[in-house]
Amino acid sequence: MQIQRTLALTKKELKKTIREPAVLFMIFLFPVVFVFAFGASFGGLGGSQTPNYHIGVVTSSSEDNPQWSQAFVENLVAKKIVTVSVYSENATAQADLSQGKMQALLLIPETFGDSINAYIQAPNDANQWLNSTMQLYLDKGSLIATQAVPPIIQQTLNSMLNQNQQTLQSPIKLQTASLVEVKTASTFDFMAPGMFTFASIFLIMMVAQSFTQDRENGMMKRIRISPTTPTELMTGHVLAYMCIALVQSIIVFAMTYAMGFRPSVVGSSYMFAFVLVLVFSVSNVGFGLITATIAKSSGAATGLSFLFVLPQMFLGTFVGASLSGAAQAAGKFVPSYYVTDALTSVFLRGAPLASAAVLLDLAVVSVSCIGILAAGIVLYAKYYKI
Amino acid sequence: MRLQFLFFKFTSKHETKFFAAKSLTVIYMSESAIKIQNLNKKFEDKLAVENLNLEVAKGELFGLLGPNGAGKTTTINILCGLIKPTSGTVQIHGFDVQNDTQKVKELIGVCIQETAIYPYLSGKENLELFGKLYGMNKKAIKERSNLLLNKMGLADDAKRVTAKYSGGMKRRLSLALAFIHDPQIAFLDEPTVAMDPQSRHAVWDFIKEQKNKGKTIVLTTHYMEEAQELCDRVGIIDHGKLIALGVPSELIAKNHVKNLEEVFIQLTGRNIREEL
Repeated sequence: MQIQRTLALTKKELKKTIREPAVLFMIFLFPVVFVFAFGASFGGLGGSQTPNYHIGVVTSSSEDNPQWSQAFVENLVAKKIVTVSVYSENATAQADLSQGKMQALLLIPETFGDSINAYIQAPNDANQWLNSTMQLYLDKGSLIATQAVPPIIQQTLNSMLNQNQQTLQSPIKLQTASLVEVKTASTFDFMAPGMFTFASIFLIMMVAQSFTQDRENGMMKRIRISPTTPTELMTGHVLAYMCIALVQSIIVFAMTYAMGFRPSVVGSSYMFAFVLVLVFSVSNVGFGLITATIAKSSGAATGLSFLFVLPQMFLGTFVGASLSGAAQAAGKFVPSYYVTDALTSVFLRGAPLASAAVLLDLAVVSVSCIGILAAGIVLYAKYYKI
Repeated sequence: MRLQFLFFKFTSKHETKFFAAKSLTVIYMSESAIKIQNLNKKFEDKLAVENLNLEVAKGELFGLLGPNGAGKTTTINILCGLIKPTSGTVQIHGFDVQNDTQKVKELIGVCIQETAIYPYLSGKENLELFGKLYGMNKKAIKERSNLLLNKMGLADDAKRVTAKYSGGMKRRLSLALAFIHDPQIAFLDEPTVAMDPQSRHAVWDFIKEQKNKGKTIVLTTHYMEEAQELCDRVGIIDHGKLIALGVPSELIAKNHVKNLEEVFIQLTGRNIREEL
């Protein structure tokens, strides 16, 4: 492989990105507009708006130690971003939830107080604990509720049990729980990790258009006539799109920061985020090549690219959390899900970079991206020689 | 040749004849830039090229003539390794196009039928890009780009993005791209199509200059006057078959007509550009 050829192709592709207005908009201006719009809509703008979530709590009258459930409710109210309505009957509370009078409903089990007492007596011996589960019902129509409420409840529970964010074991389980610092978080903060992923997804369309245009206007033929090898051609393009993805992620970060996103993490976490987005961009090049293989023209490529853009967007970014259980399960088959999950773990959950959850996400993203790129190259080379 | 001479010297009389004959073949091969043998190309049920046998000598300007769909471009595409033949072989300077693809690519320059240039790059940037793809160094690229831009009358517009070029300018740049690495052999697939007469004559001058420098050129065209003006020899191809081969003046004389256009009409019974 000759570096001169590879870099010449990379430079060419970057010039295209800068000089073609449509490409420039999709790659760079779209993320700016997008982050600004979401920031303005969901409380990021100015960074000072505090949201308020309405949660219903059902307590049991037959509870042995009701003081703990009362304490839990008081702690929840103390968050100041939550309004709590206490119900004694589940049916009434469920009716109110279904009528949209609240965004979430929490059922405190009868054994709640016993579980906490058992935990206090033997905090380090899980065998002595009495496990119980709190049922959480969320308004699926509310993006805000699905993103923000579970972490708020989980954190309240953690503070009662004197557990920190990294503690994985607890006697009381909560559905869809995550360990998030929610003290000053707005809905926009919960969306920000997904936005890093979101912007990069549109590379699929750019790659598909680029390859089909080069094919249409004879440039691919001209390159094939030159001594450029397929490896040089593909490496040149992948490098170009990785550069674009890096610039995109920097723009998105700058925009989210400007809109009030202030994660309490160290510099290496940002480096990790950029590396993860770079790796993710490789899969988008792969999807772009698959699209370019199917599409007969650059116009068709634009439309067909949404076959890959939409699932990645809806199932793998911040949008996915408000979807049905089945859709969320399907999300596990798209790479963007793991990118968003890893970034959420690092930025919001405060998970260390070396934690199992983050490394697993990184591994899944890396392996799937290499596989998708390989599939894209093989398919494109099979139907349109390179 | 020296090696063959040694063989000649140290073999018996019988073997001497064999090696002498082989030497002659080698001499002949080294003089031919392109050698096409029994070439066939079939697309599904359509035979695009049928049993083509042809040799083009080094430094020759050979014209491949025929109407649209005759098989000219398919032949060029096979010669530069873009498509595989169904059967037959093609050698460029003794290198098999299918097996020695990389060596062949370094020897040839191709002006493809499409006006293939990057619209978002300037004329100079297009040339520089392809100079790099051909492995040229910066100095050589700069010198060669400037030379070609001047020859093609594009020097004043060298820094403009080619999206703003006229159709003729784009065609001229496309031709310049084929010569950026100063190739030994050039395949020019209808290089003057859609050009105004002034641009066409400028291109003719450029092609003649390349021939005078000893370059081998294969030119496809359906402009008979172009072939008559430029080509040392022409081959007329129709429905994938080579139906006439020779020096233009000889073909005209042989068919007792005034020009190559009439040669084509006489041979095929139709006008060369009627399918346009």
